[in-house]
Amino acid sequence: MTTRTRVAVFATASLNGLSRRLHMGSGTVAGGRIGLAIAPNLLETLGAGRRSAVVSGTNGKTTTTRLLAAALESTGVPVLTNATGSNMPAGHVAALAGGPADAPAVLEVDEAYLPAIIGALHPNALVLLNLSRDQLDRSNEVRMVATRWREALAETICTVVANADDPLVVFGAQAATSVVWVAGGMRWRSDAAGCPACGGRIRFDEVSWSCECGFARPTPDVDVEVEPDGRTTAVFADGRRLPVVLLIPGLFNHRNAVLAAAAAEVLGVPADHAFEAMGQIEGVAGRFSVQDVGGVSTRLLLAKNPAGWEELLFLVAPGTSPVVVAINARIADGRDPSWLWDVPFERLSGRPVVATGERSADLSVRLHYAGVEHERVADPVEAVAVAARLGGDRGVETIEFIGNYTAFHDLLRANRAS
Amino acid sequence: MNRSLRIVVVYPDLLGTYGDGGNGLVLTRRAERRGFPAELIEAASDGPLPVADVYTLGGGEDGPQVRATESLNEDGTLARAVRNGAVVFAVCAGYQIIGTTFPAADGSPVPGLGLLDVATVKGRAPRAVGEIVVDADLPGVGALTGFENHGGLTEVGPGAQPLGRVRTGVGNGDYTDGAWAGRVVGTYLHGPALARNPALADLLLRWATGEDELAPLDDYREQALRSERFEAALGRRTARGRRRVR
Repeated sequence: MTTRTRVAVFATASLNGLSRRLHMGSGTVAGGRIGLAIAPNLLETLGAGRRSAVVSGTNGKTTTTRLLAAALESTGVPVLTNATGSNMPAGHVAALAGGPADAPAVLEVDEAYLPAIIGALHPNALVLLNLSRDQLDRSNEVRMVATRWREALAETICTVVANADDPLVVFGAQAATSVVWVAGGMRWRSDAAGCPACGGRIRFDEVSWSCECGFARPTPDVDVEVEPDGRTTAVFADGRRLPVVLLIPGLFNHRNAVLAAAAAEVLGVPADHAFEAMGQIEGVAGRFSVQDVGGVSTRLLLAKNPAGWEELLFLVAPGTSPVVVAINARIADGRDPSWLWDVPFERLSGRPVVATGERSADLSVRLHYAGVEHERVADPVEAVAVAARLGGDRGVETIEFIGNYTAFHDLLRANRAS
Repeated sequence: MNRSLRIVVVYPDLLGTYGDGGNGLVLTRRAERRGFPAELIEAASDGPLPVADVYTLGGGEDGPQVRATESLNEDGTLARAVRNGAVVFAVCAGYQIIGTTFPAADGSPVPGLGLLDVATVKGRAPRAVGEIVVDADLPGVGALTGFENHGGLTEVGPGAQPLGRVRTGVGNGDYTDGAWAGRVVGTYLHGPALARNPALADLLLRWATGEDELAPLDDYREQALRSERFEAALGRRTARGRRRVR
């Protein structure tokens, strides 16, 4: 390690420690930025010779990263990870500077930064979850992201664990020399109708998809079987059938766990051990946790874009409990909440619904045209109380709170403060 | 009118990236609330375009925009419908498509459908992204609020008029936004535009139904959203000098 690198690592680690002690933040970005300013190739240096896995995609990155980290931790080694979701280079540097030089790393990476991170880190395994529209005011078109993935993966030797159900992911992953295809699922198909290979039209049936040009769903190396009651089994090419039992809810999480297990195997952890470790995870950065919000039992869910909402509306569909929907449109959320009109809020019709968040006026108009009766309450904690009241004599049931990125974190913060 | 009003969202699989499909839903519900039976059809690009009273087109990515233009040209229904007096409301990529020419991803010109006399070229500056406020020249419509996100500069030819003058934002790039001629209207406003601007939605419905007046609706939610957006675009931002305002 050069002196410059040592200084950069020291600066990163001390600034992060300081920031945490002063409660100024979770201390992952500021320190990393300083480190990168001192030594621009810091990530490359910190990553050299280290066993690592990278997780990317539009939805499910933070949870899948947590699951995969848990699988590796089960072997008794410390694992370096950007658990707070700081998924750009400063966050990666901060995660790696914080621990031993030989500790394995599991990093969540922003879709657009993936090519640069692969180039710097040379991970052993790369998990590609899904690609769909997100923050259109600032990010690139999803087809462009898939094309950049494809270019980057043509030049890498790492093993890619990719979702065979998402045509855009397949288009990107196909270029890699070694791919483990997993039936990772995809409920939202509105960004995948146009074939990324030829510009033609992709046709979907119940389980598969294909285009006239020959571009089609690869046969999964790891399939996922789902019983009508939701029980999920991972079926490996060598005949192993492993039940996927998680504390966190949702079929999408179970499918992501199968991708994580396949990546764990690439890193030397048998899938059955991986599933056992992943099955202990209760909540991920507050997501999926049930908390007491002002005396009301509330399940906290985060959805950032139409594909994420599609999954969560499916998740809450069997229930009749009140639902609070919280929408902001800050930079991290995307400044334009027009995507609310791509979300099938019609499915909430008949349930008690409360609209909250800084853009609850937009949401309220959307819900009105969806035929969903609702109240509008500015403060998110108050919104939970109003939802509980609307639930009336349903008693002590848990209400659902679904927020987009900053709206979700506003509630977490408000709830910690109270 | 005694048959049902047919409203078609054109190619949501290609022109559905920016939530503009909401325009069709808004028109449908606002017609129904006035007692006009209305039928909303989302017409995908792999089938023939249905004959309808109103067509809405939305924003989309560059590649799909070119493919939508090819399919609409081949299909021919939209052009025939316009000749027969159908109402067209087109946003962003959709607005560019119904013009005479627009740029492909590499900037090369693609012939549009020629249903509205506007021509779009690639702008030099970074994309226009942000809140936009337009004083509409259409009768009874007033100020429009929306969110724009595009890289094109659009010139309105002699066969059309600008939809209005831009108070803040970029629009066509010459202090106007959008264009209209007959019953064909184009604009850069997302939001969706008709959810944020019910007066414009009702003007299109008056054209489509032939009614001179429509029963008023209780639009308090829309009005609350409008005041909030106008303040965000004109009030606070102006004070901080974050956007140029003329």
